[in-house]
Amino acid sequence: MNRDFITGIKKAIPVVLGYTPIGLAFGILANQQALSTFEIFLMSFIVYAGASQFIASAMIASSVNPASIILTTFLINMRHMLMSASLSTYLKHIPSSLQAVLSFGLTDETYAVDITYCKNHKPSASFLIGLHSVSHAAWVLSTVAGGILGNLISDPTRWGIDFALSAMFISLLCMHIKDKTDILVAICSAILSILLTMVLGNGWNVIIATTLAATIGVSVSLWNKKLYLSS
Amino acid sequence: MVTYLPRMLPLVVLSKFELPPLFRRWLQFIPIAVLSALLAPAVLMSGNRLAISLDNNTLIASVLCFGVAAKTRNIFLTIVVGILAMFMLQALR
Repeated sequence: MNRDFITGIKKAIPVVLGYTPIGLAFGILANQQALSTFEIFLMSFIVYAGASQFIASAMIASSVNPASIILTTFLINMRHMLMSASLSTYLKHIPSSLQAVLSFGLTDETYAVDITYCKNHKPSASFLIGLHSVSHAAWVLSTVAGGILGNLISDPTRWGIDFALSAMFISLLCMHIKDKTDILVAICSAILSILLTMVLGNGWNVIIATTLAATIGVSVSLWNKKLYLSS
Repeated sequence: MVTYLPRMLPLVVLSKFELPPLFRRWLQFIPIAVLSALLAPAVLMSGNRLAISLDNNTLIASVLCFGVAAKTRNIFLTIVVGILAMFMLQALR
């Protein structure tokens, strides 16, 4: 039980490494856009979504009406439905109440670590609590630190430390890819995501690209099976 | 709420059911598709346009990371190499 918790904390290190510079950057920006330190704390604790917070903070600064801010945030975060659904097959043994708590800590980054772990181990709740709480704390603390330090420090993302998250995604992606269909799904998803970003801007690209690419994957594996059966 | 519900509902609801095999197969492609969809714009785009050139530091660092990740399967090594590569590329230009 305790060992799993520690493992969770260890697996959170790449996430923390990536969140810190981005959190600091968000804090600095939100501070300039006239959010108080307490508002930054609340937003990071409750909303807990990087891209959405950057966008919401800018929208608040330009006094966009609250309904549009909420709707935009919802659209950007719909992609988490797919991640949540994909985790559901691995977490059946965890009681609903605990699932509800754990899913509060589900982000792109913690999902990537969760699902990679789930494929090789039976995940215990303590593992997920360790991973999710440390990641969440890192996000809240770094954004608040950015808000307090404000203009005292220059934008930490300029040094490229935030690339830690992309590097983590790359290495997790490599661990998931097992055969040609997987490679095809990855390439389709990448191309679709880029095209959708160009056409629709940020927000819808991940959920649509993922849905279509996974569907292509299923179709191709069905097609292969058919060929195999008929030959 | 708007960030919590999409995270929570599918997990809590779907884990109650025995899902049909085809849907489970579909869900198995989600990690790969999601990671790829998140990465591609971050690595291959700058602003709202394609940035596939040697001027794109992120792209060069990513190619390096793919190499390290495929060879070693080591997350930390991949991240360290990636950050160092970004540092050096930015210092050089």
